[in-house]
Amino acid sequence: MLILSDKMKKRKIIEFSIEKLLLASSLISILTTGGIIIVLTIEGVAFFKEVSVIDFLTDTEWTPLFTQKHFGILPLLSGTILTSFIAIAVALPIGLSIAVFLSEYSSVRFRELIKPVLELLAAVPTVIYGFFALIVVTPFLQKLIPGMSSFNSLSAGLVMGIMIIPYVSSLSQDALLAVPSSLREASYGMGATRLQTSVKVMIPAASSGIIVSVILAISRAVGETMIVAIAAGQQPRLTLNPLVPVETITAYIVQVSLGDVPHGSLEYRTIFAAGITLFVFTLILNNISYWFKRKYQEKYE
Amino acid sequence: MNNQVKNRIKDKLFSIWGWISVSIGIVALAVFIIDILFDGLPVLSFRFLTSLPSRIPEKAGIFTAMMGTVWIFILTAVIAFPLGVASGVYLEEYGIKNRLSKLLEINIANLAGVPSIIYGLLGLEIFVRIFRLGNSILAGSLTLALLILPIIIVSTREAIKAVPQSLRDASYALGATKWQTIWYQVLPASFGGILTGVILALSRAIGEAAPLIVVGALAYVPFAPTSPMDNFSVLPIQIFNWISRPQKGFIQNAAAAIIVLLIITFLLNGIAMYMRNRWQRKMKI
Repeated sequence: MLILSDKMKKRKIIEFSIEKLLLASSLISILTTGGIIIVLTIEGVAFFKEVSVIDFLTDTEWTPLFTQKHFGILPLLSGTILTSFIAIAVALPIGLSIAVFLSEYSSVRFRELIKPVLELLAAVPTVIYGFFALIVVTPFLQKLIPGMSSFNSLSAGLVMGIMIIPYVSSLSQDALLAVPSSLREASYGMGATRLQTSVKVMIPAASSGIIVSVILAISRAVGETMIVAIAAGQQPRLTLNPLVPVETITAYIVQVSLGDVPHGSLEYRTIFAAGITLFVFTLILNNISYWFKRKYQEKYE
Repeated sequence: MNNQVKNRIKDKLFSIWGWISVSIGIVALAVFIIDILFDGLPVLSFRFLTSLPSRIPEKAGIFTAMMGTVWIFILTAVIAFPLGVASGVYLEEYGIKNRLSKLLEINIANLAGVPSIIYGLLGLEIFVRIFRLGNSILAGSLTLALLILPIIIVSTREAIKAVPQSLRDASYALGATKWQTIWYQVLPASFGGILTGVILALSRAIGEAAPLIVVGALAYVPFAPTSPMDNFSVLPIQIFNWISRPQKGFIQNAAAAIIVLLIITFLLNGIAMYMRNRWQRKMKI
């Protein structure tokens, strides 16, 4: 009896320590978030001691690496928004059409067959898409649009759009499939076609899920780095012209990282200031989508 | 009647548009792969795989970059796999629905949406500067491990969720403790699903260039790394570097390196898909 209880005591200690060990490893994700916020804040505070926040937000030039220094984030922000906008303009109509087609028109077998193939689009390393944009798409577009620069936001945006199609299509499809079948059947019962059912009943019913998918796709496009660093250029420019070189926030961070900027200098800190802007931007997008997701889960569960 | 015919036609037209939409992405990918094969295959040879980098395109190879990718793959896996699975297990099996577990959940959802380059900034400050690891393979692997941790955690949780409760009840009825139940029943039953997630996450990690550039991976490394503390380059960075060169020869080299990277990526994705299918069939029985 005594031996047994000894054994059980040992067992209990093991159980207890394993639980704490598992807890410790799950706390790493909290530490990661904390680390990101602290690192960005410390370097950011050091940056904003030398550059005023108002200049940062309103100056229309970004030239920290030149002798005539300007620290306005707007050109980088406009480059980011322009390329992301083009990408969404491609991915939203195509991705949503795919979602409707697969959930309302095609057979279950085809749907399951095509899903992994579409997901492959998101699995291709982005540096490869960058090559595609610069070496294939841009020369092709230059034949159609004379005067287009060899670095531009149009081909970077178009290729990025293809990359994020699966983000829109797969989550939108899940949202459409989560709508109760009774709604679909009621619509068919009234003599509606599949298209009418999709547009008038299914899409409105799944709207919050579709919005989530689009926001996540935008967030992905905003944070995408290699495609824009390769194909969109490295010239910060406040413009909406998709045919000229621009620079995104992410491409700027890459540009500085490749150069030899001494640690602790103001130039070094600019990448953290750019990083804060990017982080806040995507954090807002992710939280909006999280909030929508919660709302729509309540609706059908 | 007229309206009805119109609606039928619209319905048919959308069906055609649906086919086009499904094809666009796939056709673009196919065109691209064919173009890459056309550019890269003539260069791709045993010499190309085993040569060191060079200023002359015809002499340059991907040996150092490939070795860097292998190092990064192994170290990232060794770091991220146990941590990710452990936190997945904790959240699914131990995490009581309290404030902490809710916080962890929101936190992981948010981390999954943080752009990869931000992880690079984190790695640069924490691993490269504060831990003094320098621009080493270890610093790069730690950064990438943090990047893929959310993916591994989420897929581990889903795999564990799919294990039927009856299995746990049976184990408890035989007198097993909680950890014995997890170790001997839940983990083996969910292993296929967990491994699928881990492989997909690693496939993402070896395709990443941005965070490693920020952490200080170099475009030019004269020799293949021999320890985790060495400087390194990886395939995506080598490709990026070659794309930015003006000579035509380097563009062909980039295409050839892309073929190698694509083969690795598709192979990993193929293995993951195969394992997911097999595991899902097993879970149904």
